[in-house]
Amino acid sequence: MCIAIPGKIISILNENTATVDIGGIKRKVNLDLIGGADRSLIGKYALVHVGYAISLISDEESEEILKLLRDLMDPS
Amino acid sequence: MENIEQKLISRINEHAAPIRIMHVCGTHERTISKYAIRDIISKDVQLLSGPGCPVCVTPAEDIDFAISLAKSGKVIASFGDMMRVPGTRGSLFDARSDGYDIRMVYSIDDAVKIAKDNPTLDIVFFGIGFETTAPANAAALLREVPENFSMLTSHKLMPPAMEILTEDTIVDGFLAPGHVSTIIGTYPYNSVSERGFPIVVTGFEVLDVLLGIAMVQNQIESGRSCVENAYSRCVNVEGNLKAQEMMYLVFKKIDSKWRGIGMIEKSGLALKKEFEQFDAVNVYADIYEKAQHEKKVSDIDNNQNEMWEGCICAEILTARAQPAQCPLFGKRCSPKNPVGPCMVSLEGTCYNWYKYTHNKGI
Ligand code: SF4
Repeated sequence: MCIAIPGKIISILNENTATVDIGGIKRKVNLDLIGGADRSLIGKYALVHVGYAISLISDEESEEILKLLRDLMDPS
Repeated sequence: MENIEQKLISRINEHAAPIRIMHVCGTHERTISKYAIRDIISKDVQLLSGPGCPVCVTPAEDIDFAISLAKSGKVIASFGDMMRVPGTRGSLFDARSDGYDIRMVYSIDDAVKIAKDNPTLDIVFFGIGFETTAPANAAALLREVPENFSMLTSHKLMPPAMEILTEDTIVDGFLAPGHVSTIIGTYPYNSVSERGFPIVVTGFEVLDVLLGIAMVQNQIESGRSCVENAYSRCVNVEGNLKAQEMMYLVFKKIDSKWRGIGMIEKSGLALKKEFEQFDAVNVYADIYEKAQHEKKVSDIDNNQNEMWEGCICAEILTARAQPAQCPLFGKRCSPKNPVGPCMVSLEGTCYNWYKYTHNKGI
């Protein structure tokens, strides 16, 4: 139920709807929960759940994970 | 990343001491079962499955009410996962086989569309799910919804359930659910970590889960208990404030019943008074009262956990038992013929154990 899938925002359809690309499949997604549509969102990745974008995904993913790993492996 | 996964497995195994880590998310169970994470890490590090499957914890009486509505001519729009979960007298799917109008939807927006396209029909959307799903349903109600649309609300909130689990179950730390946390942030878990339980919010890749386990283990080793975030690409401390705002414009917290667990204070959501014209309990008060009355009568032959005889879902949902301990598991109960809610849902623990470990000699 809580499954959410990352999709890339590829176009804005109206004030609260965008098209996202989820693994090659295009879907309409509602953007109300991330503050509505804005052209600056194009190209960004959003987590999509029951037809709604529930958050944007930050690009710094791997760096964050690497930092946590470093802390864990080498706490000094 | 494979190399990193290997390093994490080694780290977990080198530091292995008997600990019990609980996750509370069906999607975590899926990753753990699918990639056999329990088999690749030391047996000392036990991974427990908590009540992370919304359809599994939806009380039978809510399903019964949905069926009563269908029987009195309303159209029920429900997420697919909910369809086969048995109430006290069958499931929505059974009701559909009996000819009642029950439609599967992917989103509340589909249900609203059905209502708009069919002004002569009364559409009731079965709103279930944790904090991940509730804001989307709130957002839809904040837009224009037609008069023939209403919602049967059975949303649940995760942190209060985790607090209860710290009292009822032997557990040393938690993996907190990544997508619930996307909405609520990490701070609501402080109430749990302050009780002495390490918590790590994590995502759903194998790497995320392994990292979460290692971080919980690390907190336990160093005698700390705090909330850490291993899913910062989607989750921050305060969560999605816009989503929270919309959620609490529409819903209010209420004491709520979890199937298999019982009443938990402030662990559910109900529609606020301003939205009562969309609240199925209010709009169809007569049918609700009748369903409640019938429930009291049938309670006599149903146990308090609302599970079928022999089904130990109540224990499974609180990690006091594992599916293999259920005498019906893999015999009378399988995904094709599910007996209890934990076998019905794709997120149910029994379902995942059956799908990924049954018949593999585990
Ligand atoms: S195997 Fe089936 S009957 Fe047993 S606890 Fe799981 S769902 Fe219930």
